[in-house]
Amino acid sequence: MVADRQVLSGWGGTAPSSALLEAVDPTTVAEAIRSSNGRGVIARGLGRSYGDAAQNAGGLVVEFGHTSDHIVLDRDASTATVSAGVSLDVLMRALIPHGYFVPVTPGTRFVSIGGAIAADIHGKNHHVDGSFGSSVLSLDLVDGTGETRTLDPVTTPREFWATVGGMGLTGVIVAATITMRRVETSRMTVDTERAANLDELLTIMADTDDRYTYSVAWIDLLTRGRAMGRSVLTRGEHATVDELKPRQRRHPLDFDPGQLLAAPDLIPTSLIGPLSIRAFNEVWFRKAPKVRRGEITSLGGFFHPLDGVGAWNRLYGPRGFLQYQFVVPFGAEDVLREAVDRITSAGHASFLAVLKRFGSGNAGPLSFPIPGWTLALDLPADQSLAPMLDRLDDLVVSAGGRVYLAKDSRASASTIAAMYPRLDEFKAVRDEMDPGRRFTSDLARRLNLTEGP
Amino acid sequence: MIDSLGVPQSVLLLGGTSDIAMATATRWIGLGTGRIVLAARPSSRRDDAVARLQTQGAKVEAVDFDALQPSTHAAVIEQARSGGDIDVALLAFGLLGDAEQAWHDVDVAVELAQVNYVGAVSCGVALATAMREQGHGVIVALSSVAGERVRRSNFVYGSTKAGMDGFFLGLGEAVRGDGLRVVVVRPGFVHSKMTTGMDTAPLSVTPEQVAEATVDAVAKGRDLVWVPGPLRVVMSGLRHVPRPIFRKLPL
Repeated sequence: MVADRQVLSGWGGTAPSSALLEAVDPTTVAEAIRSSNGRGVIARGLGRSYGDAAQNAGGLVVEFGHTSDHIVLDRDASTATVSAGVSLDVLMRALIPHGYFVPVTPGTRFVSIGGAIAADIHGKNHHVDGSFGSSVLSLDLVDGTGETRTLDPVTTPREFWATVGGMGLTGVIVAATITMRRVETSRMTVDTERAANLDELLTIMADTDDRYTYSVAWIDLLTRGRAMGRSVLTRGEHATVDELKPRQRRHPLDFDPGQLLAAPDLIPTSLIGPLSIRAFNEVWFRKAPKVRRGEITSLGGFFHPLDGVGAWNRLYGPRGFLQYQFVVPFGAEDVLREAVDRITSAGHASFLAVLKRFGSGNAGPLSFPIPGWTLALDLPADQSLAPMLDRLDDLVVSAGGRVYLAKDSRASASTIAAMYPRLDEFKAVRDEMDPGRRFTSDLARRLNLTEGP
Repeated sequence: MIDSLGVPQSVLLLGGTSDIAMATATRWIGLGTGRIVLAARPSSRRDDAVARLQTQGAKVEAVDFDALQPSTHAAVIEQARSGGDIDVALLAFGLLGDAEQAWHDVDVAVELAQVNYVGAVSCGVALATAMREQGHGVIVALSSVAGERVRRSNFVYGSTKAGMDGFFLGLGEAVRGDGLRVVVVRPGFVHSKMTTGMDTAPLSVTPEQVAEATVDAVAKGRDLVWVPGPLRVVMSGLRHVPRPIFRKLPL
């Protein structure tokens, strides 16, 4: 076993802490869990949670090596059984050529299967297909006693759903069987249109989103006044072979997304300031067509545009950044409007703000999605943001909404308890699965996710 | 835990009743810090300080602490940690003493050295040990410009601050790979209980200004700050003034 002390932080690069980092495989996980000290243990995948979910100050952090990775495709059932450390990138490269796409992908391919389940990630198809957990047929997990258990939504619903969205606090996920989506090609047909302001955007999405499997809007959070919330809406479907150009039809399932460029290793100060963000937003909006239908694009270009820039998180400089993502139920459009207004007026420029409609949630007590509007934005980490974000939290709570644990890095424990009314239920199941309370993380400590009911 | 905006959930104040400690705690509580551990000698002043911070909305615990008893410091810090991790520890204790008496009276000189240097070092070692165990934490050491270039007018005090300043800068380097940070704060003349009745020096500041700079330095990940900021420039000039000229400066 290889273990050494390392300083870890999330994708946002804020609030680092040190822990013993140990590479494990499915046969050594249980032993590592049993060896953890009073500071506990958490599993870490690819470290793409923005905040402190995959770090455990003073304790143990386990990550999977890749020597025992496996992907087993069942063509008849259209399912794949995958070890937890495998990334969506690897899974896509392996299975797209066979005509199988992942059921849900976030804005990056660089998340592990274990992390995708623990955070119950969502993608552009949430309004139709739900979150990642909804496509998990069963999973293998090593619990707090070192026991390997197979969980599924039918025979062990409480344990299964506590694990989906449970932020790794019910155990270490070792493998999972997920339903894959059949695709004819590795391309998308995309419709793009601009919305002049937030109200127009909400109307278009509410009226026509259900015609598309995938939908997301990029929203400009700098422009104020009548054009507040102006947006570029992109919606799409997997392209069929018939829709491809003749030349593309010869290899319809080719999939080899490259990295175009990488951010330099050392960036002394943030390259992202109000001016560069304003320019970016202007160009992005202007370059989008007013309406364009049926454009054929690559999967990577549609789903993972930022994966083309390696380590883009470094662009924010050494102080890092945070992401704020909340959801408010349908009917709370006024709260969404007020939130957009507050963010826009505060002038805290955000490069990447996206708005999306969520469909039904699932049974996970800590799963983030509920039916409604979700807005996600990046902000450079600066203490002056604290009062505004606290007020946004209050607004979101009052509307019956919540923030996303996989992205949170600054909410308070009481706010999270108000946003997730089933937190106590989660803690009770968790205590059965981990009676010694071995699983913990900086996130869990900060938000009191594991201690006491 | 400290959050992504640099706001700690729990703060330990060593020498917790000082004006600077109180002002800094007040500022953090305003940003959302929920738990303050106030380490000081039991006194009505400590009771008042506890009550004041409680009314601001924090959960406040008092712990007995005597800077002159280094052998007890590790236990004091363990007691502070018994209620949860300490995210930030602020060393805010110190004696100024009478500058002339301090170099004539051995007891006065030794007490200054023991509180300001020995006490600070023993707390620093105990804190670093505890925080390495918990895997995170920030130690804030309140130094002084008096330690940056020691002057005739208060050289006993200045020498103790020079020693503690050097210790904490070095400690900050030593714990870099452990997920911990050390912040050294060098205020100029601070209007406070400690300096009541003394002549004001140029670029003097209030405890609130020191608090603001401290909270900001913790959030921004700085390891050394002067209060007010321009003192840095002044001091970097003064550091190189030849001794015969320095002697004649009205400092």
